[in-house]
This record gives sequence, C-alpha cells and structure tokens, in this order.
Amino acid sequence: MTLDDIIASLFPDGHEVRNDKGVILGSATLRSGGRMLVLGVADRTALGVDEAIRLSGHVLESIDRDSGPILVLVDSDSQRMSKRDELLGLNEFLAHLAKVLIHADMNGRPTIGLLYGHSAAGALLATGLATRVLVGLPGADPAVMDLPSMAKVTKLSMKALQEKAKSTPVFAPGLSNLAQMGAVHMTWSNARSLADQLEALLAGMPAVQDRRDALGKERGGRLKATEIAERVHDLALQAR
Amino acid sequence: MTAPLKDISPAERARSTSFYEASARTRLELLLDAGSFVEFIGPEQREASPHLKIFDLPEQFDDGIIVGHGRLDGSPVFVAAQEGRFMGGAFGEVHGAKLTGLLRAARQIGSIPVLILFDTGGVRLQEANAGELAIAEIMRALMEARSAGVKVIGLIGGRSGCYGGGGLIAGCCSALAVSEPGRIAVSGPEVIETNRGVEEFDSRDRALVWRTMGGKHRRLIGAADVFADDNVQDFREAALELLGLVGPFGLDRLRAEQRRLADRLRSFGGCGDAVDIWTAEGIAHAEAVPELPADQFIALANRIGRTSRDAR
Repeated sequence: MTLDDIIASLFPDGHEVRNDKGVILGSATLRSGGRMLVLGVADRTALGVDEAIRLSGHVLESIDRDSGPILVLVDSDSQRMSKRDELLGLNEFLAHLAKVLIHADMNGRPTIGLLYGHSAAGALLATGLATRVLVGLPGADPAVMDLPSMAKVTKLSMKALQEKAKSTPVFAPGLSNLAQMGAVHMTWSNARSLADQLEALLAGMPAVQDRRDALGKERGGRLKATEIAERVHDLALQAR
Repeated sequence: MTAPLKDISPAERARSTSFYEASARTRLELLLDAGSFVEFIGPEQREASPHLKIFDLPEQFDDGIIVGHGRLDGSPVFVAAQEGRFMGGAFGEVHGAKLTGLLRAARQIGSIPVLILFDTGGVRLQEANAGELAIAEIMRALMEARSAGVKVIGLIGGRSGCYGGGGLIAGCCSALAVSEPGRIAVSGPEVIETNRGVEEFDSRDRALVWRTMGGKHRRLIGAADVFADDNVQDFREAALELLGLVGPFGLDRLRAEQRRLADRLRSFGGCGDAVDIWTAEGIAHAEAVPELPADQFIALANRIGRTSRDAR
C-alpha cells in the first residue's frame, strides 16, 4: 500500500496530512468523531536533525491545542549517517523526539506507531519504538541491522547467517521477528478497512505500562528479559 | 622502628585512576563510598547471554553490565556500569534487561537517583532485535522514572564511548558528565565511512573523530553540563555536582529542549566542522581547543556558557 492509500483507508472522513520531503505532518478526523495528530517519516527517508526537530515540534505544538491520540507512520531509512548530523548532536535530537512521544503518551495522548515500510536502528527507536502500541502492516520490512553488514562484522557468510536465522528471531531482519520479540504488538490486514482496525485498537487501547518484554516471552522470542528485569527490580526494592 | 606504611586514601586512588583505562568494576568501586556497593545478579549467578553461543562467541557471567546499589557521599544511589571491553559494551537481551529492571525499581521508589556509567558501541549485532528493543524499553523506563522525580545521571568516559542506542539513552538522562575521550554519537565513525564513503567521514582520522564526537565538543555545544578530567575521582565529583543541580522533569523541560536544539540548528547548521562551530562561538584559536588542558578547557566552556540545564 502507498502512503496515500494508507491515509485514505485510515481516515475516510478527511485529513490534513502532508508529506513534505519525507516528513509527514498533519492531523485527521477519526471515524468515531475526534481528531488524531499524525506525524511520521515517509519514502524511506533517513531521520536526521532537520527531520527530527520538525516532528518533535509538531507534537509539542499540539499539546495545549488538542486532546486526541497520536499516530506515527514509519517508512524510514536508519538515522542519517553524516558528519553534519553527528556534529550537531543527532543523539539529542532523536532522544528528544522519543521523549516527546513518551511524555505525550503518559499524559493522556495515547500513541500508536504504524510501521508500513522500512525502518532501522536509531530511526526506529525515535519513532515506532517510542510509541505505546506498534502496529505492522503486511510488507513492512524493518531491519535493526541488515544481514550483509552483520556478515561483515561477524565474519560469517550470508548463507550461514540465513541458516542461523531459521532457529532464532533474535537477530535477523523482518516484521515477524520483531513481532516475536514483543516489539510489534499486532499486524493489521491490508484487505480490511484500516479505519475499522484503528477504531478497534483505540477502543481497546492497552494500559500505558510497557509490557513488551512480557509479550516477547509469551511469543517465545525473548525468554530472559522479563525474568531478569523483575529480579533486578525486586532486589533493588529490597536493598534500599 | 620502621614507619608504618602510609595507606593512600580512596580519594587519592580514585584521583590517580584513569576512568578510560579502568574496568567497569574498578570504576564503581572507586566512584562510590568505599565498601558500599552491593551488586544485583552478580557474575556468580551466571546469567550470561543465551544468544552468543549461536555464534560460538564467549559469554561473560555478568553479560557486560554491573547493576546495583551503593552510597555516594553517604546518600543511596542505584548504579549501572557497562564493561566496554566485553563485546564493546553492547546492549543484548540480558544486559539491557538489568538496566530496565533497575530503572523500574527507581521509578517505584522515586527518591533514589540512578548513575549510568556508559561504555557502549550500541546494539549487540548478534542479538540485534533483542538489543534494539532493550534500548527502547530502557528509554521508556528512564523517562517514566524521571517523570516520577528520579534523577538519572550519565557518566561518559569509557573506551567504547557512547554510541548507537547508547547515545539515545544518554539523551534521555537528566544530565551528563563527559571526559575528553568519552565520545557521544549515534553512528560511529566506521559506520558512517562504510555507508557514505571516506569523503564523508575518514574513520582513521582520530583528530576528526575526537573533535566531532568527543567530550570537549559535547561540552561546548551544551550537550553535557560537566566536563570531567579522565580520572574516577573527577567523575565522582561531577556526579555529586550534577545531583545537586538537576531539577524536576516536566513538559517545560521538553519545550525548553525544543528551543535549545532548534537554536543550535539555526546557529550552527551551516558549519562544516567542529572548529567552525567553536569559531562561531567566539573562541579565538579554536583549532587549539583539542590541546587545552582540562582546567583551561573548563574555564573556556564555562565562559561560553552553553548548557542543557533545565532543557533536556
């Protein structure tokens, strides 16, 4: 599905969402009546300082004005890999965007990420992974690290890596692997109205608590994370 | 009668120990009040990564991070220290979950601050999906802790720097202290060169790496509030100073950070090199900044006066 198709299917009652050089900004009318703030990255654009500051500004400007939920659409490259971006402190710009999304979510503006294309590394952390619920669309192809780069670092052949990827979701790219880890909460269907699926999610939005580690355990993708976090948590409470 | 052997004080030992060279355990031992550290899930529990054996790689029984509780000048603190010499301090499933659990406990208690001694290349490639997600969970837990009133201080001065998702976690902290060798960035020099070519970034040009990502540049642009000399005692004093300065987190901080970063982009977005930024800041002989000793550099950075205080 193209971005236009996705937005049309999500918001049949109208929207003012623009894609300006890969930066998605706007808002839309929900079928249930309210408004939804919309932002994101399109056209596999790299997320650099210039893009990130516009996205965080869009959310901050809406905090006093609006009250509805927030949608983050994601079809990005990784973070922009450049001297200029690092010189200017890209880590702060990406962290700032994530912080703004997390803060909004914790304060009455539930956030939903919709991963409909590519994403990777720092770009995914600052967008989809900073939302309360991350939804995948069929065909999305996130890759924390691509296999050729991994082959270079691990000095293993692509064939050997592909063989290993069959037995574990822990390192290989792809939507289903991220879903098994608990990063992607659900995958929507392309065949049904996206508005129906969005309204159903908004009507039954999970609590604000981060349960991705527990989800990863239930799905068999991350067996240790929940247990380790809970043990440290309990020991820390005893130690004070 | 021979004179008794004069013991050197813990502070003297900390002063003479390079933060950069020290192991994560030595850093914690010398940073905290003597004998106060208690570890949670220490190496005797043998909670290693379950994933490294897939790649026939050696494990470490603490998975490259030490988390626990101690005292700093008599007051309780939670601490996490990454070991940059194991897998580049990279985040894997177990490594990350230890920090997540610590931050969740800190949030629940509300009053005990957290010190994070970063030393990381970012996500551990062999468990990339688990590591990426661990970083997302840490960022969430960190912001929830800060929203509950917890101060989270990042100390950056290790061999592996603070790269990748580590740089994003650092960006979430209440305040940072950094030393000259402590680098903070998202993409590492080799990653930029591999993806964009040597014309974009020559990773073998060490001077370029230090002035683009190193502690002096980060202090000058206000990304870090305190510059520490490369010894553990200086980091201890920096942590105490920052704990005294940090105020409560809220929406006003995020608005101020938006203005701070937008202003940086407007002021320096056209600069091609760190030296251009320093010159634009009015520093005479900006090219000599990398050679300045710590005391002179600190005086210079304070005169320039860029800080992220109340704006992060």
